[in-house]
Amino acid sequence: MRSEPVVQVQALVKRYGTKTAVDGLDLVARRGVTAVLGPNGAGKTTTVETCEGYRRPDSGTVRVLGLDPVRESAALRPRVGVMLQSGGVYSGARADEMLRHVAKLHAHPLDVDALIERLGLGSCGRTSYRRLSGGQRQRLALAMAVVGRPELVFLDEPTAGLDPQARRATWDLVRDLRADGVSVILTTHYMDEAEQLADDVAIIDAGRVVAQGSPEELCRGGAENTLRFSGRPGLDVASLLKALPDGSTAAEVTSGSYRVVGEVDPQLLATVTSWCAQHGVMPDRISVERHTLEDVFLELTGKELRA
Amino acid sequence: MTAAGTYSPKPGAAPLTRMIAAQAVLETKMLLRNGEQLLLTVIIPTLLLVLFGTVDVVDLGGGEAVDFLAPGILALAVMSTAFTGQAIATGFERRYGVLKRLASSPLPRWGLMTAKTLSVLVTEVLQVLLVTVIALTLGWSPQGSPVPVFLLLVLGTAAFSGLGLLMAGTLKAEATLAAANLVFLLLLVGGGVVVPLDRFPDAAQDVLGLLPIAALSEGLRDVLQHGAGMPWGNLGILAAWAVAGLAAAGRFFRWE
Repeated sequence: MRSEPVVQVQALVKRYGTKTAVDGLDLVARRGVTAVLGPNGAGKTTTVETCEGYRRPDSGTVRVLGLDPVRESAALRPRVGVMLQSGGVYSGARADEMLRHVAKLHAHPLDVDALIERLGLGSCGRTSYRRLSGGQRQRLALAMAVVGRPELVFLDEPTAGLDPQARRATWDLVRDLRADGVSVILTTHYMDEAEQLADDVAIIDAGRVVAQGSPEELCRGGAENTLRFSGRPGLDVASLLKALPDGSTAAEVTSGSYRVVGEVDPQLLATVTSWCAQHGVMPDRISVERHTLEDVFLELTGKELRA
Repeated sequence: MTAAGTYSPKPGAAPLTRMIAAQAVLETKMLLRNGEQLLLTVIIPTLLLVLFGTVDVVDLGGGEAVDFLAPGILALAVMSTAFTGQAIATGFERRYGVLKRLASSPLPRWGLMTAKTLSVLVTEVLQVLLVTVIALTLGWSPQGSPVPVFLLLVLGTAAFSGLGLLMAGTLKAEATLAAANLVFLLLLVGGGVVVPLDRFPDAAQDVLGLLPIAALSEGLRDVLQHGAGMPWGNLGILAAWAVAGLAAAGRFFRWE
């Protein structure tokens, strides 16, 4: 079931004037939730908007649900839901009015009232769009993307600037979509969002995919993990190192603060604590630092994710 | 909590006629809800008709003032809706990403444009009714046949729509707002709406007569005031503007 790609991008190039926004990007998204992760300006929105049919590739090919988003737009549009990063609503329209309108453009829309209720938009039903808060606008845009019961939804930065509660509501909806068999492509520059939601993460930098895989795969590969503990200063690090598997390193980073870097697994943890026991050391504040997507990103690109 | 299966995919476009009808209804609602639009399409034409029809502000050259004014105000009504109103509304829809969002909906672009045209036509029908009722109350006695009047209004609408969409699709929303209002004002004064063209110098008259607003107001006046038959010259001018404007809009319109 996960074998059929919903989006296939090959060698995509997109330039704006002399600036190359997307530079030979390859991306295969299968059913489920795919997060396109990267800093601002990495080419996320350009890539997604090319998939949505808004932009023509300068070169390369894009297929969405097997169709060309520009040439076969008419067949594709009803099957795809789009959430733009901002706007998309008549400034004089009320939230419920706009949502009902988009529903009317589809053959089998969701129950609009239930959706309004679900996204907590009930209170702003009668409010015109220009008076909605940023979070309400974003939830309305999300509702507009899913109301037509699409097979595939594109969400461009769906939770940027949302408060934690609204963010969780959006995440819950994405999980429900996934559970009901809707595929989701979302762009984000929040690492936790990708970790929480995505079956698959594509890390984009400077217009290219620099790594792709499940969050676990990405975190496992690449850099090693770290174990830290505190003890009395001047422990015999060389003796500790002898007890550790090959390829590990151990160091007293600052006085009384130790760091072990290597394949941090239960065995390694046991080795460290038993070495401590043998040397009469109480390893205070022992901690294992799991490798995060943020670390992976930093390593791959040399850039902070939240630039 | 949401029952499992609530979101399971069931995609499909609504029937075209339903999509276009829904879009036309929404566009018309947005227009009628907008205060500035109402000022432009309803209040200004009505005020001008009543003011110039009851007070001798401009010497309109003999006969009932309203017989001269009513055709000009009808032309103004068409311009205010098809050109000024449509340009401003569409410019801001473009700016706020409405056109972009709708472009990814099942509604095709031509369907959106059809809906916009329908919305303009519905508004114009309401305007024509309003202007006609007021003018008749002021003692208007229209001449001529309805067929050339209808043709003039349709071609005028096409001409002004092309120009309005050209402006909305190429300029920034604020620039469109300013330019559309300025053009409205200039054409109101110089296009034979309330000031007869023969008040201008001969050389100016030749140029002004080629403006779509002048062709429309003079054409309507020929028929409704003087009982002329088909005003081919004015229809020709409007058709030329319509073809040029719509072609340019089709070529240069940018959706975002």
